[in-house]
Amino acid sequence: MSQTTIDPRSLRAPPRRPIRLSWSDERVRAIVWQILVVGLIGAVIWWLWSNTVHNLEVRRIATGFGFLTREAGLPIAENLIPYSPTDTYFRALLIGLLNTLKVAVVGIILATIFGTLIGIARLSKNWLLSKIAGVYIEVIRDLPLLLQLLFWYAILQALPGPRQAMNPVAGVFLSNRGLKLPWIEWQDAHSYALLAFVLGLAYTLLYRRDAIRKRILDGKPRPVWPIAIGCILVLPLVVWYAAGAPFVVDWPALRGFNFRGGLNMSPEYFALLLGLTMYTAGFIAEIVRSGIQAVPHGQWEAAQALGLRPASVLKLVVMPQALRVIIPPMTSQYLNITKNSSLAVAIGYQDIVSIANTTLNQTGQAIEGIAIIMLVYLSISLSISLFMNWYNARIALVER
Amino acid sequence: MPHFGLFLKRALGAAALGCAMLAPGLAQAQPAPAAASNTFDAVRSRGQLICGVNTGLAGFAQPDSQGVWKGFDSDYCRAIAAAIFGDPSKVRYVPTTAQVRFTALQSGEIDVLSRNTTWTLSRDTVLGLDFAATTFYDGQGFMVKASLGVKSAKELDGATICVQPGTTTEQNLTDWSRANRVRFTPVVIERLEELVSAYIAGRCDAYTTDISGLAATRSAQPKPDDHLILPEVISKEPLAVGVRQGDARFADVVRWTHYLLLSAEEFGITQANVAQMAANDPRPEVQRILGKNGELGKMLGLDNLWAVNVIKAVGNYGEIFARNLTPIGIQRGPNALWTTPGGLQYSPPFR
Repeated sequence: MSQTTIDPRSLRAPPRRPIRLSWSDERVRAIVWQILVVGLIGAVIWWLWSNTVHNLEVRRIATGFGFLTREAGLPIAENLIPYSPTDTYFRALLIGLLNTLKVAVVGIILATIFGTLIGIARLSKNWLLSKIAGVYIEVIRDLPLLLQLLFWYAILQALPGPRQAMNPVAGVFLSNRGLKLPWIEWQDAHSYALLAFVLGLAYTLLYRRDAIRKRILDGKPRPVWPIAIGCILVLPLVVWYAAGAPFVVDWPALRGFNFRGGLNMSPEYFALLLGLTMYTAGFIAEIVRSGIQAVPHGQWEAAQALGLRPASVLKLVVMPQALRVIIPPMTSQYLNITKNSSLAVAIGYQDIVSIANTTLNQTGQAIEGIAIIMLVYLSISLSISLFMNWYNARIALVER
Repeated sequence: MPHFGLFLKRALGAAALGCAMLAPGLAQAQPAPAAASNTFDAVRSRGQLICGVNTGLAGFAQPDSQGVWKGFDSDYCRAIAAAIFGDPSKVRYVPTTAQVRFTALQSGEIDVLSRNTTWTLSRDTVLGLDFAATTFYDGQGFMVKASLGVKSAKELDGATICVQPGTTTEQNLTDWSRANRVRFTPVVIERLEELVSAYIAGRCDAYTTDISGLAATRSAQPKPDDHLILPEVISKEPLAVGVRQGDARFADVVRWTHYLLLSAEEFGITQANVAQMAANDPRPEVQRILGKNGELGKMLGLDNLWAVNVIKAVGNYGEIFARNLTPIGIQRGPNALWTTPGGLQYSPPFR
């Protein structure tokens, strides 16, 4: 099946027929029906729209998105970019969007890693490992997510207060105010080093692809690790050193009521991330298991007959074929994580839904607020779908 | 799951506005006609008042074990129903969250909003509603655990503060912190129960809301003395009854029902003695109020004995307060009559 032969009949054009303006011509019928349907949909949309506008006017309810430039005045606990209550509603909503992305992206990565590991563990020949994975999947999948979130949040609240915080390692504090870690004081030099790291990583990946391509041609192994060490490790260090090598550790310390300084992970974020990750990992584990089991047993046996080690069998033979089965349902799980993150309101993590709800309640502009929430989730979901479809198509090309 | 129910309810409530806006033809068929100008006639012909209340706030509106709504706010619903129909039971209560309350009123789902709602300029103007009367003067405060050793809100710099989202409370808190240079970290949880449990668990150093709400929460704790309400009152919270904008006649009925309750207290008319006073009190204003003299009730478009019906049903303002709010530890304070020093409750004359 190296080259599909093309049936020449499929290339031959059908005989041309002139269009007759008659109901008996199926092409005319098709066009008429399509125009009718599109017209009907358009009319319904127009009717809904004009009625909404009319009714809002009659009730003297303000409309439009002008409120976005007004001062928000709402406090937000966690922000990736600077924010103060004097900023606009637009910026507040932007913070909410970033908070949603922060939990969705990290959640997707962690759930994929844990889900895959648990899925593989369930297929393990080790009886205990496989049973533990099985019990995990059944328990986690059968409990409502909201319940799990409230459970984790309640557990985190039961930690001691900041003045009695657990202090397992110097500089690390765990209390009901969250997890505090020491962190470096971020300066420009660190940004440059981070940029160098990203560029180095990209170059290493390109180099690796090229090395594999050449190896397929001439069979000579080309080690990637010297390039990897040079680009990913040495280059950022050199950049950092050249920029003055600043290194000031910001230690968290108890001042007044709370810890100041350091890196903070709030109980709200942690509970949401933990809940989403563990819940979705249960589903992903099942998807991975079914994907692996969808690969015919003969493939395993053939790979073992070639003398490959079990890890290599999984990595080189089974997984590439299983991925074709795994990717489409995985996309649904990624979409689920993103949408389920809106349960954040229940435990006080300020995501886009929480902030948009507050906004629409303060401004009274419900239709606009709901429209913003819908637009945000639609954009994120479509982006995930597009990316996963692209990846799926790329995986599909590998098949022979 | 109560939480999920709430979640759904809010989503549906938000959708309700959309639907009501989208379907003018259907709106005519609904119990409350959407046209704002004739709520009074609509309520009359329906034979029932639809009253938006809180989903459950001790002292203000909460169903008892028999499912009967009890509280200060729900008594106002009963008073208005008694004024219109002579029967306080002709009320249908619609529990509303902080999020859907305005939408419910705008879209005609409820006739009147009696749900500890703060009267502000922007709500009065752009939300398509009018506030008829301030039924309860409140103010925002802070509650902390006594063990924290804090005696004043100004000492809260750097504290973590529990606050409910989407209300004026949140904005008052940020305004106050800016004015007083008190930095704080918010913990914003929508469900009151979750928020209070976060405060009790020590997730927050302080909990802020209207003082009446703080008092209700404090009195519900096993050891109320472990919690301290700080002396600062950081905002004015006139809690008012709302009606749809452009509905002057219905707004008049609601407004004067409130004034009736105040005047009744002022003249010593109570649930117990109203019948007797209507028959033989010599004071001219009492005679006008209770319909023995003049036609004040008819001027409002009501039965001339409306006042007797209202007071028979719910008592006067002081009685409503004593029945609902005194047991949870709320003092009269600014809600005393104007005849008491510091009292703000004042009725224009019945003439």
